[in-house]
Amino acid sequence: MLLITCPFCGPRDESEFACGGEAHIVRPADPAALTDAQWADYLFMRKNVKGVHFERWMHSHGCRRWFNAARDTVTHQFLAFYKMGEQAPDIAPVSYTARPAPRTDPALPADPALHTDREGAR
Amino acid sequence: MTGNFRLPSGGRIDRNRPLGFTFNGRLYRGFAGDSLASALLANGVTLVGRSFKYHRPRGIFASGAEEPNALVQLETGAHTVPNAKATQVELYEGLVARSQNCWPTVEHDFGQVADLCAKILPAGFYYKTFMWPSSFWMKYEYFIRRAAGLGRAPESPDPDRYDKMHVHCDVLVAGGGPAGLAAALAASRSGARVILADEQGEFGGSLLGRRDVIDDLPGAEWAARMAAEIAENPEVRVLRRATVFGYYDHNFLGIVERKTDHLGPNGGQGMVRERLWKVRAKQVVLATGSIERPLVFADNDRPGVMLADAARSYANRFGTRPGSRAVVFTNNDGAYGAAIDLADAGIPIAAIVDLRADVQGPLPTKARERGIEVLAGHAIAATLGSKRVQAVEVMLLNPEGDKVHGTPRRIECDLVAVSGGWSPTVHLFSQSGGKLRYCDQRLCFVPERSKQVERSAGACNGSFGLADCLDEGYAAGAAAAVAVGFEAPPRAFSADQPGETAPRALWVVPGKAPVGHSKAKHFVDLANDVTAADVRLAAREGYRSVEHTKRYTTLGMGPDQGKTSNVAGLAILAESLGKPIPEVGTTTFRPPYTPVTYGALAGSDVGDLSDVDRTTPIHDWHVMAAAEFEPVGQWLRARHYPKAGEDMEAAVQRECKAVRQSLGIMDASTLGKIELRGPDAVKLLNMVYTNAWDNLAVGRSRYGLMLGEDGMVFDDGVTTRLGENHYYMTTTTGGAAQVFGWIEEWLQCEWLDWRVWATSVTEQWATIALAGPRARDLMHELCKDIDLSPAAFPHMAMRSGRVAGLPARVFRVSFSGELGFEVSVPSSSGLALWIACMMAGAKYGIAPYGTEALHVLRAEKGFIIVGQEADGTATPIDLGMDWIVGKKKPDFLGKRSLARSDMVRRDRKQLVGLLTKDPNIVLPEGAQIVDRILPKPPMKMVGHVTSSYWSGALGRSIALALVSGGHKRHGQTVQLPLEDRVVEAVIGSPVFYDPEGKRLHA
Amino acid sequence: MPEGYLRQSPLASLGLAARAATAADAAGVTMGERERVMLVNLRGDGVDRGFLDRVRQALEVDLPAEPNTAAEGTRHRVLWLGPNEWLVVAGEGEQLAAALDAALAGLHVSVTDISDARAVIALSGAQARDVLAKGCPLDLHPRSFGPMRCAQSRLAKVAVLIDQRDDAPSYDLYVLRSQARYLWRWLDDAAREYAVRIIRP
Ligand SMILES: [Zn+2]
Repeated sequence: MLLITCPFCGPRDESEFACGGEAHIVRPADPAALTDAQWADYLFMRKNVKGVHFERWMHSHGCRRWFNAARDTVTHQFLAFYKMGEQAPDIAPVSYTARPAPRTDPALPADPALHTDREGAR
Repeated sequence: MTGNFRLPSGGRIDRNRPLGFTFNGRLYRGFAGDSLASALLANGVTLVGRSFKYHRPRGIFASGAEEPNALVQLETGAHTVPNAKATQVELYEGLVARSQNCWPTVEHDFGQVADLCAKILPAGFYYKTFMWPSSFWMKYEYFIRRAAGLGRAPESPDPDRYDKMHVHCDVLVAGGGPAGLAAALAASRSGARVILADEQGEFGGSLLGRRDVIDDLPGAEWAARMAAEIAENPEVRVLRRATVFGYYDHNFLGIVERKTDHLGPNGGQGMVRERLWKVRAKQVVLATGSIERPLVFADNDRPGVMLADAARSYANRFGTRPGSRAVVFTNNDGAYGAAIDLADAGIPIAAIVDLRADVQGPLPTKARERGIEVLAGHAIAATLGSKRVQAVEVMLLNPEGDKVHGTPRRIECDLVAVSGGWSPTVHLFSQSGGKLRYCDQRLCFVPERSKQVERSAGACNGSFGLADCLDEGYAAGAAAAVAVGFEAPPRAFSADQPGETAPRALWVVPGKAPVGHSKAKHFVDLANDVTAADVRLAAREGYRSVEHTKRYTTLGMGPDQGKTSNVAGLAILAESLGKPIPEVGTTTFRPPYTPVTYGALAGSDVGDLSDVDRTTPIHDWHVMAAAEFEPVGQWLRARHYPKAGEDMEAAVQRECKAVRQSLGIMDASTLGKIELRGPDAVKLLNMVYTNAWDNLAVGRSRYGLMLGEDGMVFDDGVTTRLGENHYYMTTTTGGAAQVFGWIEEWLQCEWLDWRVWATSVTEQWATIALAGPRARDLMHELCKDIDLSPAAFPHMAMRSGRVAGLPARVFRVSFSGELGFEVSVPSSSGLALWIACMMAGAKYGIAPYGTEALHVLRAEKGFIIVGQEADGTATPIDLGMDWIVGKKKPDFLGKRSLARSDMVRRDRKQLVGLLTKDPNIVLPEGAQIVDRILPKPPMKMVGHVTSSYWSGALGRSIALALVSGGHKRHGQTVQLPLEDRVVEAVIGSPVFYDPEGKRLHA
Repeated sequence: MPEGYLRQSPLASLGLAARAATAADAAGVTMGERERVMLVNLRGDGVDRGFLDRVRQALEVDLPAEPNTAAEGTRHRVLWLGPNEWLVVAGEGEQLAAALDAALAGLHVSVTDISDARAVIALSGAQARDVLAKGCPLDLHPRSFGPMRCAQSRLAKVAVLIDQRDDAPSYDLYVLRSQARYLWRWLDDAAREYAVRIIRP
């Protein structure tokens, strides 16, 4: 269950929101001037990003405002929340295309001691 | 074998509170503080079940959530719980439990033949045997399910109450052992909001079963004091019998709290039985401890073989003798502590068999000083006995660890306390997305890198010593508090821990014959009867991934989720593949950590709380009139109003007749209503509707179709201009929220500078539709301040006034094809208006009509219903509604799609009327239409029936259908192959009744 | 005309008034329906000084600018619903919508009477917060939420506007009229373990 920060209401539970898919898709000014393929591109084609995805959310059970978010689709980490009409923040894309190769060295580094393992807990 | 296996003194049981209970039909006694497992052991009951596949006798193996064997069917009738682990069931007076996987009884099990046929039941047996032929699966399944015999689900409704609770905290501490208590102490002393949860009824974790000392206090007493201190803090929520079962995104965790299970089925009268806590924690400290692993040796599953620390816990915590003479079998120092405790409890230790050739640590030294024989460099090569272990055979182990040799030495014993080392309980850490690392000194997976705001402390972090647990726990709790802006005082308690020497990695202990080549079985997974030979077979058959091996062998897929078997299984697979363990990886841990009941997951959302039923202001009248209701979205709408003796058909025909011949009244309050205000309102209408709105006069209404950008009809309704920049839009009942959301989305995301506000007023107004030739007569009586003449108040107009003395908006609209008025009044007056209409309308024979009659009336007129004719694949052109598409409008939502090549195909399904050649046949809705009947399917389908009714007004059946190229096929005959016959019908216009619309404009 | 039916509150058929207990009963939670409240939904440009000034003149209270807060005037309570949306609450008898509409004439605003579109359930008592926690994902702890705070969220299976009135704590819950009976049933069930008493707020 994600924790989503509405730009107006602050952090709220995912269950208060509806996701509106990819952000920054602008409706063509003159649809009649488009070919079928161009129109289909606007209407149907969406990015399927592994990494930073700019997407729209609506605080449907809250203030009912739409807003934008940048989310890493791998970690579900939100990198930015910003209001409709605002520019997308400049976020460097994360590359997940190359999987880190499995470690080939069969010998793991030996533990320095039996119980001073991870920095985290200290 | 039964008898008194209770130690004369000691344990955390209350010997003044004896409790009677029944197991497999026999009465036993235990004490308050016992688990069902400890009480059974105290009564000498060691055979508790039969194994899953081979039906081998099995005994209590562990003392907690990791128990693979002792699954029982707890209680009976509506209260029954399958797969309860006897080690986790707290004893209460009158408890009733049965063994599960045995038939007819645990002592005489029919399925034991399976063990004799073991050769034909290797890994993958079920896959290989029962996948072919696939049509036989249903037959096989019946026998397999019976033979597998996991517990049985209750057959009557659950009588207990369950609920859910959202809770937020600064620091959640999962686990109330030494590390968790230390963490919670640090966090709570800092003033942070803390939750401390532990799955047991008592805090202390490992301290409860051992004889540790903290600050000169016995560990269990220290735990009780600290837990009491923590609980006194008003900002701390302490949850006992509460399992943190799931760790989800963004520090959202699930806890299931069993509030009354320890009181028995009738002990918690009226109380909530289980509560599901939904926790959002700013910081999480995982202090989930560790689980002891068994060794994999020949016939290591006989009742009496038990984890060493569990045996110690039964003695120390429950004052129970798990056996009368023990052999300890180990690859590590920790089991020596267990041996010493067992010896001190008066259980003779016949020998400690250690796989390590050189055993010198402080604990082994201490054991030797006690005079306990230590057989270093030895292994148990065989166990003897059937329903209980009677002896073991010990042999010398070669240095490589792949063979035993020498003369077997037989040692009599009825308890084999086994320890293969410890696995940190990393389930929650892994669920959180954290990365694990294999530590080849401690032979286990330990947390390496957190993904979420989490700290692991103590044994779950691979730090097994008590001092380390306290140290790491307090540090983690303090750091978590600091991270949220609090500060914890320095720690002021401490404990000693003995040093330990390294364990030996030997994942399969050799027996007298090579593994898998004799009757002896080396079990890895006791719950699912997976042996070392099975895992090796999987590797030989080409399985490389641990996830695939798991599914093929069913390793770790039992109710215990492989808590004692995962690491060994993985190590054996790695060995067979000739790869280091980290390369084979670890299996994914998924929630829940231990099973969660459906009751807890459902919470209170059952019975009349299972869903929202939205009711109109007039609902009570419909109830009193004995209306039948149907759900439309979440609304309850009156479907028809049967009079005494009437079935639905009769009621609907009567209601339709009233509307066509005199006067009907309908509750239309559920229609969606949206007010649009602002100078750009008309611009908005021009975009969301297909037709033009520029020239609509104030006080006039217009019908509109709404399309998605894909050109498909998704809603329709009538919109009225109330003022200069003020419009009132109505939508379908089911589409109200969608349409409002659609408008808001465009205004907020695309047309940010348009000056128009949209406000939903669906619930502000109760709306009553009056339809029929006498509608105006009734309105004349109820409404004096509006000129109701057709000239002054034409069809598709709106007037404000008072109706029955109530402030009202009156619309001349009709969905029935008859003269119609829709009167809207503020919702609180809706019932008053309805009653006024019913009283004044009595002289016209006014009849309330429901949604079913409405559907018939509109179908006679060929009016579409969104969801039936407009099913999400129909354009306005398909529906024959070209007349409403503004060809001259430069743009509207969905316009461009109508010109896509696929939309202009001539063979698109188009709306037509369908009249059966036999007028008495009412076609079933959904019936498929074909041009040519073939002897058997498949036949080319050209369309389907969308609506079908008996029309009283026409004296025959009518149907609407979507037919390929239908607009050009009027007059043609089609076939409808039904289940029992073929019906012929003729395509025609969808408007069956009053095609000129004279009645509408009356 | 049957006078009793002229104006029905959303929960009228539950007969809550007759079931209201005497003040002597101990209870962890009290519940009741707040009847005959005037509600106006107000849309306008929240950063337009002219609009804000005209509203202050009309209502004698500043519109709350901070999200999820309430403002209390002499005659009205105003709840923030969105950056350009507020709920104005007044007692019965006021011609609130018409008056406000007139006062804001000429501005691009929307003044909508929704008095009949909502039910208002008053929930109060030491355990009121626990009752809400059973169905609402908001953090209502005093460190995060308190009097003069309001928020829209979910409660059980419906959307709700929660307005905290005091430290008791007392809450006014605004819910769609059609969902009020469901929510009352749900609250009644959720509050059962705390000894619930029906009151006339
Ligand atoms: Zn919001």
